[in-house]
Amino acid sequence: MRDNIENMASENDADSKKVATPVRQYDVVVKILENYQYNHEKLIPILHAVQEEYRYLPEAVMMYVANALGISPARVYGVATFYAHFALQPKGKYVVRVCDGTACHVKGSMNMFETIKKVLSLSDKKTTTDDLLFTVETVSCLGACGLAPVMMVNGDVYGQLTENKVKDIIENIRKHEAGVKK
Amino acid sequence: MSFNRYILIYRESDAGVDKNENLFDAFMKELGEKDPSNSVQVVDAVMNGKADPDSTLVKIIPDNIYFKCKDPVDAIKIVDDFIIKNNPVKKLEAAANNIQYRIVLRNCGVIDPENINEYIAREGYSALEKVLFDMTPDEVIAEIKKSGLRGRGGAGFPTGNKWAFTQQAVGDVKYVVCNADEGDPGAYMDRSTLEGDPNSIIEAMAIAGYAVGASKGYIYIRAEYPLAIKRLEIAISQATEMGLMGKNIMGSDFSFEIEIRYGAGAFVCGEETALLASLQGERGMPKPRPPFPAVKGLWGKPTVINNVETLANIPVIIIKGSDWFNRIGTEKSKGTKVFAVTGKVKNSGLVEVPMGTTLRDIIFTVSGGIGNNRKFKAVQTGGPSGGVIPEKFLDTPIDYENLVALGSMMGSGGMIVMDEDDCMVDVNKFYLQFSVDESCGKCAPCRLGGRQLLTYLQDIAKGNGDLKDIDKMKRIGNAMQKASLCGLGQTTSNPIQSALKYFYDEYEEHIVHKKCRAGKCLELLTYTINPEKCSRCGICKRVCPASAISGDRESGFAIDNAVCIKCGECYNRCKFDAIDRG
Repeated sequence: MRDNIENMASENDADSKKVATPVRQYDVVVKILENYQYNHEKLIPILHAVQEEYRYLPEAVMMYVANALGISPARVYGVATFYAHFALQPKGKYVVRVCDGTACHVKGSMNMFETIKKVLSLSDKKTTTDDLLFTVETVSCLGACGLAPVMMVNGDVYGQLTENKVKDIIENIRKHEAGVKK
Repeated sequence: MSFNRYILIYRESDAGVDKNENLFDAFMKELGEKDPSNSVQVVDAVMNGKADPDSTLVKIIPDNIYFKCKDPVDAIKIVDDFIIKNNPVKKLEAAANNIQYRIVLRNCGVIDPENINEYIAREGYSALEKVLFDMTPDEVIAEIKKSGLRGRGGAGFPTGNKWAFTQQAVGDVKYVVCNADEGDPGAYMDRSTLEGDPNSIIEAMAIAGYAVGASKGYIYIRAEYPLAIKRLEIAISQATEMGLMGKNIMGSDFSFEIEIRYGAGAFVCGEETALLASLQGERGMPKPRPPFPAVKGLWGKPTVINNVETLANIPVIIIKGSDWFNRIGTEKSKGTKVFAVTGKVKNSGLVEVPMGTTLRDIIFTVSGGIGNNRKFKAVQTGGPSGGVIPEKFLDTPIDYENLVALGSMMGSGGMIVMDEDDCMVDVNKFYLQFSVDESCGKCAPCRLGGRQLLTYLQDIAKGNGDLKDIDKMKRIGNAMQKASLCGLGQTTSNPIQSALKYFYDEYEEHIVHKKCRAGKCLELLTYTINPEKCSRCGICKRVCPASAISGDRESGFAIDNAVCIKCGECYNRCKFDAIDRG
């Protein structure tokens, strides 16, 4: 995704509007903004792209986006807090989203959620592990009700979960990560 | 592109690819030898639901026959006997559910959604061609009006009228918006339609654009549906390349382009005015109507907003005519409806049936009834805005009016089946929590009323309820129905109102007797060991994660309910049924 944004942005660089001295650390944000022509009506896609980059919406970046689009920081903050997709806290590398749609709920999704929290030593208040590897959250419906209960780890969907299956999935990711580090 | 027959090999989402590989190869190899004219196409199809783990389902079109295949030998038999010699292969045949009737899902799982040619081969874009060259916009609207098609998003507003209002509204620029923000938990027909047949939605949007006089369309889709987004993008670019989208479509004067916009996770954006606010980059908060979007919508311009399933019907109606469509369904609800039947049924999945089919047929005939030897208790239709329907009304023919009369609604078509293990208070609490989380907070009845209702439910689930609470809940619910700004608040209390109507005794049990018969409300549960049945094996003590069980094999075991966390582990593990739950 990062490459995509940069590629697309660099094609537009030549004819894009000049921005008043972009701060270097916001290079990526500037490219995103250029991509959407500094159009405040595209605030939601812009925030999507920013979150893709940072894995959450840092306050300073939201301020920067507001100034660059010529809208109030309150509006950016308002939109960021209104939609469930946007996060104001850093998220882990693997975002585990346990579906708590109705079909999953009646098939015991909350047991899966509790199991994962137990395995990762997380609670309702603490949703991200200290090593920033996992974030666990519920989502209102993934639309895979035929396979209930379901969860999604980043882009991958896992269906017909059992408590053991859930433990294995987490364990495999940990093993994979440990392997990558070595 | 002319195949006489299609062989559909079904797999369960992305999971079953490897399982079917051998079978796929076997079909290809056998056909390569026996079918030199290449008249049969083998399709890698995705099933909308759960598959049998031991065999693979194979469907032959147009014969409409299903086979269950276990290994490649079966493939050879089907090709040799059925395809080539036209002899029935009874041994492998699987039962088909013939009451289904596919209009919306006509192409789902049949064509390759990433190849526009396959859509075109099945009459794709011929409806657009017909309206562009043989019909005036007025004729198109008249045809849709006559078909009796009603909005499939929930409320059931006649689609033709919606189009007519937008067409008549004064404005230089008009828009078509496709509402693909499917937020109803437990419903996924729109995702399946977009993933399986994206071109039908694009074609229908262009037809709508031609009818109302718009040249720009937006698809507002959930960011949680990456595959649907990808396939829509592919479809739009292929259609544009072939001149079926963009400037001067098929050489006519009509131009139409489509842009995809992502939602960001807000259920309330299914409400028309909130969706438009979100498209404009604002918080998705509804606005009072009128003015209706048909008059003053996106950026103040006349806008027609249709749901995915509604749009999927349009090309078929144009090709086959309103008279044909009119014959399907009931007097006031025409056509078919796709339901996502999930929960405690044996075969969960999408079901498309003509309007007027009974709930019993859908749940018991098509979806196979309740599994695990449990008994049917209720079905929730309409998601968080609908209500529960108990067994005695299962023979009601489904249409918009009948469901409303039962205290539920059509909604987007989610159908959650519940058995005796489900507690009505718990389910109501679940829906209420959802509605409270998703309330945008703009109007007081929804913001405050929802929270208050939830507080009562939480108290009842904990055994702290009072019978007077029920009257209060009814009053708050009525106030919300009348005074809320949008559909979300107006319908938040529906699940509770219907549960109080049909399952009052269960509420009473929670409040008066402090009991939850389904064992879902944990605070009301107590586990005790029945000494007469107990064999003193001690497994309960070993598995108890909270160390709440004391005793030994000599003196017997006992559970300390002050320490017990009600996880049910001992109850599940006891081989002698010696642990009572009550």
